[in-house]
Amino acid sequence: MSGFFALVRRDLRLGLRQGVDALVVVLFFLVAGALFPFAIGPEPERLSHLAGGIALTVAALAALLSLDRLYQTDYEDGSLDQLALSPLPLELLALAKALAHWLLTGLPLLIAAPILGLILRLPEAGYGPLLLSLALSTPILSLLGGLGAALVLGARRGGVLITFLILPLYVPVLVLGAAGLDAGLGVGGTDPWLVLGGLDIAALALTPWATAAALRGAQV
Amino acid sequence: MSLFQGNGLACWRGEIPVFEDLDFAADAGEALWLAGPNGSGKSSLLRLMAGLLEPVDGVIAWGGAPIAADREAHRARLRYLGHLDAVKPHLSVAENLRFWAEYWDAPHNTVAPALERVGLARLREAAGRRLSAGQRRRLALARLLLAPAALWLLDEPTAALDSDGIALFSELVAECRARGGIVVFSSHEVLALPDVRRLALEGIAA
Repeated sequence: MSGFFALVRRDLRLGLRQGVDALVVVLFFLVAGALFPFAIGPEPERLSHLAGGIALTVAALAALLSLDRLYQTDYEDGSLDQLALSPLPLELLALAKALAHWLLTGLPLLIAAPILGLILRLPEAGYGPLLLSLALSTPILSLLGGLGAALVLGARRGGVLITFLILPLYVPVLVLGAAGLDAGLGVGGTDPWLVLGGLDIAALALTPWATAAALRGAQV
Repeated sequence: MSLFQGNGLACWRGEIPVFEDLDFAADAGEALWLAGPNGSGKSSLLRLMAGLLEPVDGVIAWGGAPIAADREAHRARLRYLGHLDAVKPHLSVAENLRFWAEYWDAPHNTVAPALERVGLARLREAAGRRLSAGQRRRLALARLLLAPAALWLLDEPTAALDSDGIALFSELVAECRARGGIVVFSSHEVLALPDVRRLALEGIAA
């Protein structure tokens, strides 16, 4: 497993050293979220009712920002061949890349979420549910995003392709994440979080295999 | 039967046949030079040998067993140097090499001697993006020194190297062969390496 953690550390180091990825993701999350009060009006009732959907949607779009480079730079500089010829199975490689992506994008979004909550006039009782919804949703965004990044590897305009490929798969995550926040505010039960947790486990179990298959295909 | 051999190999890139019915063989301590014009399939053959590509036809075997039967064992015995250097521009020279040492579970104390050997010790803190093409190639060669491997597959290893770099490459090949390793490399240059078997690839005429 030393290779797994070495790859996570390398991607974190590269992400932090290149500097902008995590910052851009957070800024996009906050700025895009801040546009909604201008568009739909500043009334707290209306905003707080829509806050879950807005937060989950801008989180999904923010996570997409850096996805096209998840495997592309390794592919372009020859690192992917070296990674594929190493003892670490491609499935674990895919998991390591998704974990690094989540640490660089999902975790900063979680940290920034309370600020978006303030912007969207979220009631005090909504912050915990918002964080829980994002904590359960963002790992799926990274895992599915990794699959999309592997599928478009080597394709021209991969960044555009990945959007069309992955956004439809994000829909159940958005629906359940937003429903989870509603549940936290007393509208509905806690089932959405349970289903979302189930989706986390399913994505964790299935996407590394699919991503590894896509990476093998990209090397031909 | 040779330790490492391929029989009746055919390779296609998309709709284009690259070569057909190609054989090769190499034993411990031997070096095989893949020679041929652009597009004749040198890089494709190296990728087949590494298991990065599947042959359309034919079998590649190590010790009589097809490499496809145990990919993990084959990966563990080889080092591959592609025509790209796999150098990260935002990591330092030492960080680049240390990553591969960690990833391959090679001892950490091999990094400094490897950099010394390829002449990059004084640039250990320099960012990868500051290196010249020849220095990036030297850093790629340093990866070969992190842990001994039974099979080196090298795609244009001397590209961009100066005369000292080419001499260094010759030394590394000799040392690998002396350990009983097999070195397969492609090159457009005629390198001054002793006892090298030449495998000419002609490609398939359009």
